[in-house]
Amino acid sequence: MPRTIETKSSKNLLIRGARLIDPSQALDKHGDVVIENGVITRVGDNLAAPQNFEMVDARDLVVSPGWCDMHVHFREPGREDEETIATGCAAAVAGGFTAACPMPNTSPAMDKREIVESIIKKSKETLVEVYPIAAATKGREGKELSEMAELVEAGAVAFSDDGCAIATAELTRRAMEYANMLGVPIIEHAEEATLDDGGAMNESMFSTKLGLPGMPTVAEDIIVARDILLAEYTGAKVHLAHLSSARSVELIRWAKQRGIEVTCEVTPHHFTLTDEAVAVSNYDTNTKMNPPLRSPRDVEAMIAGLQDGTIDVIATDHAPHAIEEKDAEFAAAPFGIIGLETALGLIITRLVKTNLLTLADAIAKVTVAPRRILNLPPVQIKEGQPANLVFFSPTKTWRVDKTKSYSKSRNTPFHEWDLTGRVFAVYNKQRWWMNPDF
Amino acid sequence: MIISKHLLGLEGVQREEISLILKTAHSFKEVLTRPIPKVPTLRGKTIVNLFFEASTRTRISFELAEKRLSADSINFTTSGSSVAKGETLKDTVRNIEAMKIDMVVIRHQASGAAHFLTQCLDAGVINAGDGQHEHPTQGLLDMMTLQEKFGRLHGLKVAIVGDITHSRVARSNIHGLMTMGAAVAICGPATLLPRDIPAAFGKDLLVFKKVDEAIQWADAVNVLRLQLERQKHGLLPSLREYAMHFGITRRRLEAAKKDVVIMHPGPINRGVELESDLADSEFSVILNQVTNGVAVRMAVLYLKSGGEQEVVNGNGL
Repeated sequence: MPRTIETKSSKNLLIRGARLIDPSQALDKHGDVVIENGVITRVGDNLAAPQNFEMVDARDLVVSPGWCDMHVHFREPGREDEETIATGCAAAVAGGFTAACPMPNTSPAMDKREIVESIIKKSKETLVEVYPIAAATKGREGKELSEMAELVEAGAVAFSDDGCAIATAELTRRAMEYANMLGVPIIEHAEEATLDDGGAMNESMFSTKLGLPGMPTVAEDIIVARDILLAEYTGAKVHLAHLSSARSVELIRWAKQRGIEVTCEVTPHHFTLTDEAVAVSNYDTNTKMNPPLRSPRDVEAMIAGLQDGTIDVIATDHAPHAIEEKDAEFAAAPFGIIGLETALGLIITRLVKTNLLTLADAIAKVTVAPRRILNLPPVQIKEGQPANLVFFSPTKTWRVDKTKSYSKSRNTPFHEWDLTGRVFAVYNKQRWWMNPDF
Repeated sequence: MIISKHLLGLEGVQREEISLILKTAHSFKEVLTRPIPKVPTLRGKTIVNLFFEASTRTRISFELAEKRLSADSINFTTSGSSVAKGETLKDTVRNIEAMKIDMVVIRHQASGAAHFLTQCLDAGVINAGDGQHEHPTQGLLDMMTLQEKFGRLHGLKVAIVGDITHSRVARSNIHGLMTMGAAVAICGPATLLPRDIPAAFGKDLLVFKKVDEAIQWADAVNVLRLQLERQKHGLLPSLREYAMHFGITRRRLEAAKKDVVIMHPGPINRGVELESDLADSEFSVILNQVTNGVAVRMAVLYLKSGGEQEVVNGNGL
């Protein structure tokens, strides 16, 4: 059984001596924060503690706005054996995220007001704000547009047929036009299905050696190119999910230079692992995801894209799967891995500790950037703002133990990895969660 | 020499181990010519043949090898089994293992299925073909046949012709032959050649665009079976065109003006990848391959069940 998040109410706090990082206002300095009734009332140096305040010694910690994961799968409704809104939110909190955007490939697909409302309602009890991404087409079937206006009223913040691309160029065009009218983006899972049919891993020397059907990078690039051109043509905003191909990064760089309204994300596993992992692990199904792990050249392009701003966002694509489904021969196993609880450690270990990205730039990609793309209310370390914060150590090293996961699922390739960077606590909605494993 | 109790593929298997298997197989071949072609070597051992994919000759060959070694063998095929009822591969094999068995021979449509079994079981696992990955005993029996015919493998030129992408026979032959110092070439339609061949198999692997060039170069041609559904999946215009451009015919061999040995893993699509008459001609060693298959599988089962010491001492048979 997954672990549960034990929270406690705490309205008044004094945070002492933290390194405060808030990229939305270019803030990166040490200081104190006073929280009264869940609202930040003062930010400064050597602040006096008012009466009846809980004091947090944060001298070795970074405090930033709560992180936002704009790409998760919470499996509710339909596969509550793999994850629920409650367990998904628990995993999010454990990973430092106070906002999460579940994708619509549920069963039934998230294409109705009632489903969106029910997901939001179920998240109210948690420390996380959940912002659903509804299906772009009815049933994610790629035939007719979903009732987008009503879905936005219900709380959907974007539209996607994630799991696959919107089926045709024509429908993608119409989805973009209609979503743009409503002021929300289309999020595309860039994959030309006919090129990936039956595929199980990146098409490369390793698929050749292992005898696994390949998924070529060009399947991703074609849809990225299609959507860039359609975004330019319609003037709509498109966000490309989980990039994995170097050529796709190049296409988006070109599009941004032309002023086309395109944004994109990368997952921690796509900037950390390569397709060699499938071979080295002897067909471990926790190396099977879609898009697949790619070549070292592609991984380098992900990092370069993060560095020059071509890649706006880091999102996990947290994809829980039942143990018995992953515990199978490679071809039979479903795509995807869980990611919420290892994201912070991978970002710091792989990007920050290596000086590829500053801590502030890395934090921007999980705070201000996803919130801007999805038009979410800003979260800032600023007087008058509700306190929505994550506390973490950027230097503490820990070993990933999938058996201690807060997710209902265990499908991670990072089990027993040593990571640097660990969540100490999360504060949101006037409640605390302190990491008991810190 | 430390020998793994599994045989999952020929990739990474050392030259010494392949040589030992082939040497042992030659000894077992002699056993097969005796009036009573049976030895007590694996008496008391139980071997399960798990065939999740239709196969006649490989299954019979393994079964015969097991019987010749006096092992108790049990066959499991998908038809009428619990797999049809939705049981996972892991549950199926663990149930079978719970009945106390020593070794598993597996044929499965998924690449990596044999590797997966090693994670579920304590028993030794022999891969009898996993998806498009490897078919190591086929690779070994092909090498044994070549060794018999030419007296050596080192320096021998072997061309593999046909659908390389989907062929586990090709992969096992490429790895095994290259390890043994043979020169290997592949030839097939561009739509049936896999990606990044030099990176996957090494720069020494030659690729011929024209089958005539491959024949001209080769001492032996291993002709792969063309799966007839490749046309349906849009990988080939027609079987007729395949036969015309990649089919091995007597006319092509005569044009090469040299002797070339023809091999085929079977079953043959006569008139598609191989001219019917040629399959039965003096060039063909196809039936030798089948005979050697039993001997090679005996050697593998014997060595993988811990028989190396006796072979080295010469009293194992």
